[in-house]
Amino acid sequence: MPRRASGAASACAALLALACAPAIGNAQANQPYPSTYKRPAGTPTLIRGATVLTGSGARLDEADVLIADGKIAAVGRDVPAPQNARVVDARGKWVTPGLIDVHSHLGVASAPYVEAHNDGNEMSNPLTSEVWVEHSLWPQDPGFETALEGGVTTLQVLPGSGNLAGGRSIVVRNVRAKTYQEMKFPDAPQGLKMACGENPKRSYGERGQSPGTRMANVALVRQAFLDAQDYQRSWAKYQRELAAYEHKQKTGSGARGKKRDAKDEDSEPPSPPKRDLEMETLVGVLDGTIRVQVHCYRADDMATMLDVADEFGFRIAAFHHGVEAYKIADLLARKGVCGALWADWWGFKMEAYDGIQENLALVDRPRDGCAIVHSDSAEGIQRLNQEAAKAMARGVRLGLDIPPERAIRWVTANPARALGLEDRIGTLAPGMIADVVVWNRNPLSVYALTEQVFIDGVPVFDRSQPPREPRSDFLLGQPGTGEAP
Amino acid sequence: MKSLWILIAAATMSLPVEAQDLLIRDAKVHTAGARGTIEHADVLVRDQRIVAVGQQLSAAGARVIEARNRPLTPGFFAGVTAIGLMEVPAEPVTDDASISFGAPAWQQQWRPELDVTLAFNPRSTLVPVTRIEGLTWAMLTPYGDAIIGGQGGAVTLDGRYDAMLTGSRSLFVSWDANASGAAGSRATLYMLFEQAIREARAFKPPPEGALLHEAGREALLPYLAGGRTVFQVERAADIRQLIAFASRNGLRPVIVGGAEAWVVADELARARIPVILNPLDNLPSSFDQIGARLDNAVRLQRAGVRIAFSSGDIHNARKIRQLAGNAVAHGLPWEAALAAVTASPAEIFGLGARRGQIAAGQVADLVLWDGDPLEVTSGADQVWIAGREVAMQSRQTQLRDRYFERSPTDGTR
Repeated sequence: MPRRASGAASACAALLALACAPAIGNAQANQPYPSTYKRPAGTPTLIRGATVLTGSGARLDEADVLIADGKIAAVGRDVPAPQNARVVDARGKWVTPGLIDVHSHLGVASAPYVEAHNDGNEMSNPLTSEVWVEHSLWPQDPGFETALEGGVTTLQVLPGSGNLAGGRSIVVRNVRAKTYQEMKFPDAPQGLKMACGENPKRSYGERGQSPGTRMANVALVRQAFLDAQDYQRSWAKYQRELAAYEHKQKTGSGARGKKRDAKDEDSEPPSPPKRDLEMETLVGVLDGTIRVQVHCYRADDMATMLDVADEFGFRIAAFHHGVEAYKIADLLARKGVCGALWADWWGFKMEAYDGIQENLALVDRPRDGCAIVHSDSAEGIQRLNQEAAKAMARGVRLGLDIPPERAIRWVTANPARALGLEDRIGTLAPGMIADVVVWNRNPLSVYALTEQVFIDGVPVFDRSQPPREPRSDFLLGQPGTGEAP
Repeated sequence: MKSLWILIAAATMSLPVEAQDLLIRDAKVHTAGARGTIEHADVLVRDQRIVAVGQQLSAAGARVIEARNRPLTPGFFAGVTAIGLMEVPAEPVTDDASISFGAPAWQQQWRPELDVTLAFNPRSTLVPVTRIEGLTWAMLTPYGDAIIGGQGGAVTLDGRYDAMLTGSRSLFVSWDANASGAAGSRATLYMLFEQAIREARAFKPPPEGALLHEAGREALLPYLAGGRTVFQVERAADIRQLIAFASRNGLRPVIVGGAEAWVVADELARARIPVILNPLDNLPSSFDQIGARLDNAVRLQRAGVRIAFSSGDIHNARKIRQLAGNAVAHGLPWEAALAAVTASPAEIFGLGARRGQIAAGQVADLVLWDGDPLEVTSGADQVWIAGREVAMQSRQTQLRDRYFERSPTDGTR
């Protein structure tokens, strides 16, 4: 099994850190289109006396959550309130981490759904790894604020699924912003949206173009990664030549003194290969800095994609939609691949025909299983807790032991893991970013509503004080929106 | 000996299963009617119908179900949908709800004579998938971009071939931005509607440029005499035009969509026009729905407008319970939300005397739940349609059972 090309590391250095920036760390300075998100200063807040679902599988009754400097400072009983702390009486309420949606098209398929807002699917070529969905993202999509009211504090916006490789994703904080850079999650890894199965082959097959079949789907993806390996090698070669040149420059006079032939090439530095945005993304996948998010429904299609990943030595972070994931739950767990799933969508196309309502519960069941509730919907993202509740109930009806503290992981810790952000968001533990939701009751209920939502420790939504104006510029001044008339 | 066997066989056959009475004992009966919720009540079913609702009922030889005060409701409405008309929407060969038939687009715009109920397939996998979730009947609608898309009607989901419920036939009309797009503009849409109505009333086509075929003119007439016409419409201004248009032409409108209906709630109440809405619609999905909001349902209800819910989902019609629960979370009284998925749609579609409530004389479409029927964590324990116990299985439960291997560490229930 070919693993990563040996020259990958040096090729990365030559790629101006574009595709090869470390996933986590201080790479922001080298990244183009950097995040300009600024964490606002907040006052210390003590949420007191709540039922806390930590996101890591624990439930703490009558517990306190202390927020300071935008981080979780303490979780437990009888946490003392620091001086000047705002105290939220949450007795009878429930507290969870901020919810995370790994599959959204908010801002790139924005409401109202007019032609001009169709910015998520670059349907001109089945392989468009060169596009970055952030360059389509409109921060004024009214769907962001309704998602926030549903407790969603972080989301991954993905390109559509018409292409085999649809482009790079972006992870955003759900905050009011004028530009996408102001929402961009600092130092979050990017993803590559890929798709298998019906969509790409239908989109292009109907035009008489390739792919028109599943086998062509796979062939085109394999060829793209072969090209990426070739691209890696060409940069590695350049890197070697550059190193040799620089070495000669440093030791040049001595060498000339030993009357070695002075060739022309020795006096000129080697020319770098032409940069290729599509290849840079795929190289990012090969070297593990870009996370792979695959739209895939059928069990056999997912197994094929796992083999493609093995062939080229990359990892898949999550299969999205995966209505047949329950058929290969053990395989997914063994490979460490998450299933980002709906609670009950099925049947709208052939590859969704075998959907069952126990899918999430069965993917969650194996040791190391990683089940995620995703939305793919501006409506669904407002009710991720309800989707989790439905799936939990189906598992319980089957006899599985899925208490709320387990099910809440599907919308908190597990999506954080799929985004490579599990060390920062998704759980309530000291040191974690203070994205927190206070619910009026057990969130795994149709009647549950968020009361307060915190991002980075700052209250961004309070149901008792609804915003006087809509967050979206688009909605401003539109009749019938905003505050109740 | 042979004749004896025949006698025994005849005797056995003379005891059809349906003839056995059904007594559901000690249920928390949500009647969706005037009696509200009755704790610890019994429901007696005979010959497909409910014959009594009360305390301490008894019936000799009845099959007895002990409900242990679990909630019992009327069978839920599956919404305005295409269950049994569309197996896999992305595969056109399985689509029997669309009006598209290859004619030039304009010739498909005015087709009141189309009847989608004829295409209903009770053996579709969607039927069991839907009914085991407590949804026992659906309103079938034509799909597509037509302005007058044809007629639909309500069907029972018990799997019978002759599933159409008498009295539910309705005409489906688009009165929104899609229709005005097809017509050219809203003004031309209204102009063309007036022309279609004149064509129908005149019994003969104009010399040229007729919108309706002969069968269409015939089909449209009963609706101009007060037949039920379901209008897809969202925008407040369009709803006001509809109210005036309907009153001018003798139509009896039902609104589907109605995202901005709350804006004109009082006018709708005065005109007694019911609204079938999706209480989850709160986004400005189109310029027709700029004013969409989560409290649409409760505002209409407070104004005295009859409301019912529909998600428009086909495969996931079962989501209707979640719609009702969310309406409650946003202010609608629980009993009103239950009615919006049971008694109210039955009333709207002309079935109120027979379906939608738990009361003597009603068809016994019943659901016994394991918890609050509007809560997403609850499920249907048993469904009856017309008094018959429904097998609580579907292709989905079979797939589940094929792939779910119980392990010793799993709990049992």
